[in-house]
Amino acid sequence: MSAETLVQLLYLVATGLFIMSLRWMSDPETARKGVFSGVAAMALAVAGTLAGVASTGGTHYWWILAAFIAGAAVGYPLAQVPLTAVPQRTALSHAFGGLAAGLVGTAKFMLYFGQDNLAALNPATVIALVLEVLLGFLTFTGSLMAAGKLQEVKWIPQRPVTYPLQNVINLGLFGLALALGVALVLAPLAAWAPLAFAATVVLSLAFGVLLILPIGGADMPTVISILNAYAGLSAVAMGFVLNNKLLITAGALDGSSGLILSIIMCKAMNRSFTNVLFGAFGQTAQAAATGEAKAYKPDTVESAAQIMAQASLVVIVPGYGMAVAQAQHRVRELYDQLKKRGVTVKFAIHPVAGRMPGHMNVLLAEAEIPYDDLVEMDEINGDMPQADVALIIGANDVVNPAARSEKGSPIYGMPIIDADKARTVYAIKRSKNPGFAGIENELYYLDKTFMLFGDAKAVVGELARQLAGEN
Amino acid sequence: MSYAPMTLALIQQSGEHGAGGHGPVDFMGALFVFMLATFIGLMAIQRVSRLLHTPLMSLTNAISAIAVVGAIIVAAGKDAPVYVTALGLVAIFCSTTNIVSGFLITDRMLKMFKKREGASK
Repeated sequence: MSAETLVQLLYLVATGLFIMSLRWMSDPETARKGVFSGVAAMALAVAGTLAGVASTGGTHYWWILAAFIAGAAVGYPLAQVPLTAVPQRTALSHAFGGLAAGLVGTAKFMLYFGQDNLAALNPATVIALVLEVLLGFLTFTGSLMAAGKLQEVKWIPQRPVTYPLQNVINLGLFGLALALGVALVLAPLAAWAPLAFAATVVLSLAFGVLLILPIGGADMPTVISILNAYAGLSAVAMGFVLNNKLLITAGALDGSSGLILSIIMCKAMNRSFTNVLFGAFGQTAQAAATGEAKAYKPDTVESAAQIMAQASLVVIVPGYGMAVAQAQHRVRELYDQLKKRGVTVKFAIHPVAGRMPGHMNVLLAEAEIPYDDLVEMDEINGDMPQADVALIIGANDVVNPAARSEKGSPIYGMPIIDADKARTVYAIKRSKNPGFAGIENELYYLDKTFMLFGDAKAVVGELARQLAGEN
Repeated sequence: MSYAPMTLALIQQSGEHGAGGHGPVDFMGALFVFMLATFIGLMAIQRVSRLLHTPLMSLTNAISAIAVVGAIIVAAGKDAPVYVTALGLVAIFCSTTNIVSGFLITDRMLKMFKKREGASK
């Protein structure tokens, strides 16, 4: 068996393992097997590549080992971040993934250009190279921006930034990058080709920044998913450049995952891709927030605890506010106290609650709340009229009835959790300001709604203490 | 169609591709693989429980670090200028970061998902 056959066989097994890895993710029971098979696949991929490189006369092995060690040294602490920081971490690693693809593309172009290798720079390969670099570098800066926004880094604006002709400028830059790409395809060995290539890189980097500037926090789940897809597609493009089918398959698996997640997120907000990317959500919303202030009905934690103690079904609706306040462990205490009193407790999880897909589930799982009690929006809505209490913890837009009724509202048509159908609603809110989208929530002014103002962690902790004390 | 000269160029290229370039470029074959892999991916991912979307994303994040393969090929290339090797090494560093942190954090999160009165504690 030739070394090349061995390499391809290893790649084949790795591909199969990657597919199984995703298959096993379909069920929490088997999901951890998915991780092991992913690790095995990656190990085979690296082993196969090293074998292939060695058989054709590679070099720099010590340097490669050093790069591996350095990567592991940075990667290990990145895996230990608190779970509330998972969205940032994910965005950051999308950035690393994009950068890796972009750098490999750049290296390949420089290599072939230096060799005057017209055969290698055939049109198909140059197209793949340009796409790899474009996607790679825009994912790099775009994800860095997203990570910065999520981490609330000071010099990155949190609110969506808009300016006149924004979309025209963005599309213009993108068109320019594409035009340069076409020029490169036509004349890859021209004297100006390296300049055109460098310009493409710079434009992609700029494009990534400009794409994320107008995007607000509520759209982050969609944007992270889209960046996930781009990172995968840049690996696919790299596969075309290097004629490596493993890169193509693994990249395609990643790309399709990002695509499906983006579609789910868009549907959960009743918005289209283009609307998320070019819509500048925050702006329209602010205009809607200028209505006259209505009166909230505040209530005390004591009476809230009493009502909950007598309930038979309490539905808790968590949102980003729970993540910000790191309130998940207090929520667990409340859950325990209610359970002790024979109250059924369910969690209603909206697909876009939080800052990335599935964010709430992970936080509640961290607090050791059994996943049987985490219920998806579509399933819980049928039970909402039977709920005695809906307790809203730091969620806002996902329970705003305006999404059902008010045609003029920016969130009109978005599927929501029907918290307003519960017999009593308690909402924990940090301040009296409207939520992230800046939209007034009429749920808070209903007769059956009572507000508990304060930090989610403190309020939920106090609720749990009250319930414990009454025993 | 102008496939003929292009294909010829592709075949010629294979020789010079050298270290780690795996065989002659078969562009159409690669497109087939891409399409099939995308469909398999779409079908597999559609079945993933919504509960696990965050771990799913960190897992696919680690999988997309497959870019390490390309990075190794570039970094190990003989007779490549120093800057090309350097770019390859940085790319290995970036991908390894994702491999290590992606798989570790996915496992860390998955460990937390427990059933009510789970059998294992």
